[in-house]
Amino acid sequence: MASPYRVSAAPKAQPPLLELRGVSKRFGAVQALTDVAFDVYAKEVVALVGDNGAGKSTLVKLISGIYPADEGTFLWEGRPVTIRTPNDSAALGIATVYQDLALCDNLDVVANLYLGREQATPRGPLGIMDEVEMELRAVEVLRRLSVKIPNVRIPIASLSGGQRQSVAVARSVMGKNKLVFLDEPTAALGVAQTKEVLELVKRLREEGHGVVIISHNMADVFEVSDRICVMRLGRRVGTFDAGKVSREQLVGLMTGALADLPAAADPMAAATAAAALAESVNP
Amino acid sequence: MSSTQENDPRVIREAGGLRGLVADYRRRLAQRDIGQLPVIIGLIAICTIFQLASKGVFLDSFNLVNLTLQMAAVGTISIGVVLILLLGEIDLTAGVVSGLCAAVMAVLNVKLGYSAPVALLLATLTGTAVGLFQGFWITWFGIPSFVVTLAGLIGWQGLLLYVLGPTGTVNLKDPVITGLAGKFFQGGLAYGLAALFIAYVAGGPLLAYRKRRAAGLTVPPLLFVAIRAALMSIIVVLAVMKLGSDRGISSSLVIFIGLVVVMDYLLRRTRFGRMIFAIGGNAEAARRAGIPVKTVRTIVFVLASTLAAWGGILSASRGLAVNQSAGQGAVLLNAIAAAVVGGTSLFGGRGSVWAALLGIIVIQSISNGMDLLSLQPSIKFMITGGVLLTAVTIDAVLRRGQQSSGR
Repeated sequence: MASPYRVSAAPKAQPPLLELRGVSKRFGAVQALTDVAFDVYAKEVVALVGDNGAGKSTLVKLISGIYPADEGTFLWEGRPVTIRTPNDSAALGIATVYQDLALCDNLDVVANLYLGREQATPRGPLGIMDEVEMELRAVEVLRRLSVKIPNVRIPIASLSGGQRQSVAVARSVMGKNKLVFLDEPTAALGVAQTKEVLELVKRLREEGHGVVIISHNMADVFEVSDRICVMRLGRRVGTFDAGKVSREQLVGLMTGALADLPAAADPMAAATAAAALAESVNP
Repeated sequence: MSSTQENDPRVIREAGGLRGLVADYRRRLAQRDIGQLPVIIGLIAICTIFQLASKGVFLDSFNLVNLTLQMAAVGTISIGVVLILLLGEIDLTAGVVSGLCAAVMAVLNVKLGYSAPVALLLATLTGTAVGLFQGFWITWFGIPSFVVTLAGLIGWQGLLLYVLGPTGTVNLKDPVITGLAGKFFQGGLAYGLAALFIAYVAGGPLLAYRKRRAAGLTVPPLLFVAIRAALMSIIVVLAVMKLGSDRGISSSLVIFIGLVVVMDYLLRRTRFGRMIFAIGGNAEAARRAGIPVKTVRTIVFVLASTLAAWGGILSASRGLAVNQSAGQGAVLLNAIAAAVVGGTSLFGGRGSVWAALLGIIVIQSISNGMDLLSLQPSIKFMITGGVLLTAVTIDAVLRRGQQSSGR
């Protein structure tokens, strides 16, 4: 259960890749997020867990610029930034892999990896694509991430679910992206394919990326994450070192059954308390 | 089919030679990746049937030259239809827009006395404007292209009648305009054009082979590439010889094939072409990848209507007149049928411009052959309908096959 990969959390020398403070979002009568704090460092996998309606998806959508936050501060590598559109998010180096993967089934693996940023001379939409160069680089990236694809020139439609997920994840790190959000990356996968994708997540961390994984699957969460951020009813209940919290405790926090854990004692002070707890468990 | 991963094409290709070729082809057949095989088989069957039924007239060079003249105009319209279908959209105005633009050209040139180049330019721009209008309407208001172009089908028909006015028929005499379809290339010039075409269809893959090989990427068996290139060269040279024994290669055919080559290059080699395939495959994925989906869609509608304008111009040039029924009835249906018969999917994202060329050869051969046999229009319509239905069915079955093997 203890995370065998790293016990200490973020290296203190550098500011987090992304840090959110006091973020709130309201949709009509629904307070989707209330005063949420969140951070993720480079070379770190953070799991974002919570029951349905906890605000995980809303948080990710704010970060990827699908809609703007009502309140709160966003810090990217220590600098305050505003994220109001998907382009803002992409320009910072944040990539999001949604559950639907957003791949073009009719195009081959290389075309999908380079979708929207093909290598071409001259630059611009009428540029002639350099297929050889793109294929070489695509093979190189897939090899580095140990993604096994029999042939990078077959259409995505002929790949397995795990291979598709791997292609989608590989695409998210093709550019200069530093932070990757994965939304339920293993939800539709079999045992072997899940393992494949989790290995890929670990390799992204080794390569120095920050990874945020949203999952309902506790086994996956403990398998790959360094820290676990628990959300409930639009608030952050707490962030814990993966090695210092049990599966039962997590489920209790997610469902509200464990309301008397120090971090979640007082809903109003939850964020502050959780931050304090996170500090104490992440020396 | 469960062994996609074991069917690693690199393993098969290492077999090399003829054996590797056969294995590779069998794998592709098993995965229903049969490309243009059905249409080529169909074409051979059609030629055989009509050649026998017409007692040798069908493949006579005189008739083949007629065939090339007949197919250039609708073929050009069909290129635009392919682009639209690749997006997963439809354009029902391709026929009437061709008639409208031909009418604009005829009225400007004959009635208003503008010079041929000006008339041609303005006719082309009329097509461009129609495409811009429709593309804008479809993307901006989010109305299905079927509905917008259905309205256009009626509306542009009205504009065509308005432009032609009470005269009804305008006869064309300007040599520049009639020369677009009515000139023929013989001898050296014809072979020169053929050489350019061969350089593109046969030389392109060979160059790609060399480049991939130099970069250390997997390549198909050289034999396979070489046989394909040789076959295509032989077919082109034989066609030029055959057509040359009659009047030769018509200028309209050269324009049509030229447009096929340009559009093929645009689709397969440029980023813009890749964007079209991406939108046809998964528009949401394309949007998230930063592709300007609305702009690309609009441009494709502009291209399609502009190509339709040129189809209309070629048709008028060949018929030496524009009348109220220009671009009506069978023109649109044949253009769509050609694209689909040639292997372009109606569901978007799959197909190529070569579909327009192969498809129009099939459709026009059937029409031409049935004319030779003096069949009743009733029979002709039913047979053409049957061919289209067969082609769409093959497409649907192919799609299902790919999905079931696509795991």
